[in-house]
Amino acid sequence: MSDDDDIILADLDDDELVQQMHDDLYDGLQEEIMEGVNILLARKWTPYDVLTKALVEGMTIVGNDFRDGILFVPEVLMAANAMKAGMSILRPLLAETGAPRVGSMVIGTVKGDIHDIGKNLVSMMLEGAGFDVIDLGINNPVENYLAALEEHKPDILGMSALLTTTMPYMKVVVDAMIEKGIRDDYIILVGGAPLNEAFAESVGADAYCRDAAVAVETAKEIIKARRERDAAAG
Amino acid sequence: MLIDQCPAQHFELSCLPASWHNYPQKIVPGIKRKVEAARKAGKTPLVVYGDCGTGGALDTYLQTAGVERIEGPHCYEIYLGKTDFEAEMDQALGTFFLTDYMVRHFERIIMKGMWLRQHPQLRDTYFAHYTRVLYIAQSEDAALQAKARAAAEALGLAYEYRYTGFGDFASFVMHRSAPEMSGRNRRANPRS
Repeated sequence: MSDDDDIILADLDDDELVQQMHDDLYDGLQEEIMEGVNILLARKWTPYDVLTKALVEGMTIVGNDFRDGILFVPEVLMAANAMKAGMSILRPLLAETGAPRVGSMVIGTVKGDIHDIGKNLVSMMLEGAGFDVIDLGINNPVENYLAALEEHKPDILGMSALLTTTMPYMKVVVDAMIEKGIRDDYIILVGGAPLNEAFAESVGADAYCRDAAVAVETAKEIIKARRERDAAAG
Repeated sequence: MLIDQCPAQHFELSCLPASWHNYPQKIVPGIKRKVEAARKAGKTPLVVYGDCGTGGALDTYLQTAGVERIEGPHCYEIYLGKTDFEAEMDQALGTFFLTDYMVRHFERIIMKGMWLRQHPQLRDTYFAHYTRVLYIAQSEDAALQAKARAAAEALGLAYEYRYTGFGDFASFVMHRSAPEMSGRNRRANPRS
């Protein structure tokens, strides 16, 4: 979006700077994003506002254009790496300032699968949206998921797979949760290129998330609905 | 090449764009069009695609349409055979497979298609968990082997080579080209 190399970020007012950061995020410019984050912090913005207004809003634009076929995976990854650079500055500050938390999620790629690009995007976007994310990484057997659920008691379990051959393992995990009587204690979200809604339903997940932006919205909506249901039940 | 070796040349090739590996949602509609065109021409379609990321949608359609497909989720397993494929994956889960096709088009599909030429830093994002390139070759070609080795170097991965020929693809095609198995006009939608 931006093709002007001569913009001095520090000379922009807040609104212009945020807009420029959206552009820089779109273009995957890590150094510019880090500079923008530091400028806003120096102007006494809270880390939470920098995160939500500059980074998450910018990444949402990227996510929407990916969904609409305007951007492709490499471009999204460049943007994600830029956001990650900004997050590296904000993360310790967010922990110090006690930013609002929306919920928590344990997430990991299933056994036999080493692909994690989509999972990492989901992790980052959820973190940006105020979730505590416990990322188990790749190639996770059912024991890893169960141990993490026991230890962290998250709201959500997220599973990812890229391969047709590995995605059935999600049912192994869900069945193990049913066997232990803990299935209904968690919201289960699944995602990955070969998955679809019918598959998610067939393995007993609560929802299929087509991309990271959908994962964030779905996670928020289901958590809200469950909390309202629990409140109504007294 | 393999089709040319079939007795009586019972097969005609009809291909879908290889780039659809990155757009699996296009595969089933594309196959459907090919199947309908073959039947309209009075021919018997066979599909030699793997599942290729359709998440089972390809087999769901083919079962409905009554069309046979070569067994296997993707071309690597079809070339290696199920047992050898699983052994290779047990040895190194982070294996990036190259076939003759992928070696020939590595620059276009991987280096340019995945933006690695413009943004080499993406290499670590894509290949962080890969440990080796395994070139499973359909032909014994020194030039392709040199290109495959260079591809591995470009990705920063170890390089290994195995000649597989056409693997299960060969037996699938040859079996259906035997006189007692074949109709007058069999048609394959090849590529896996």
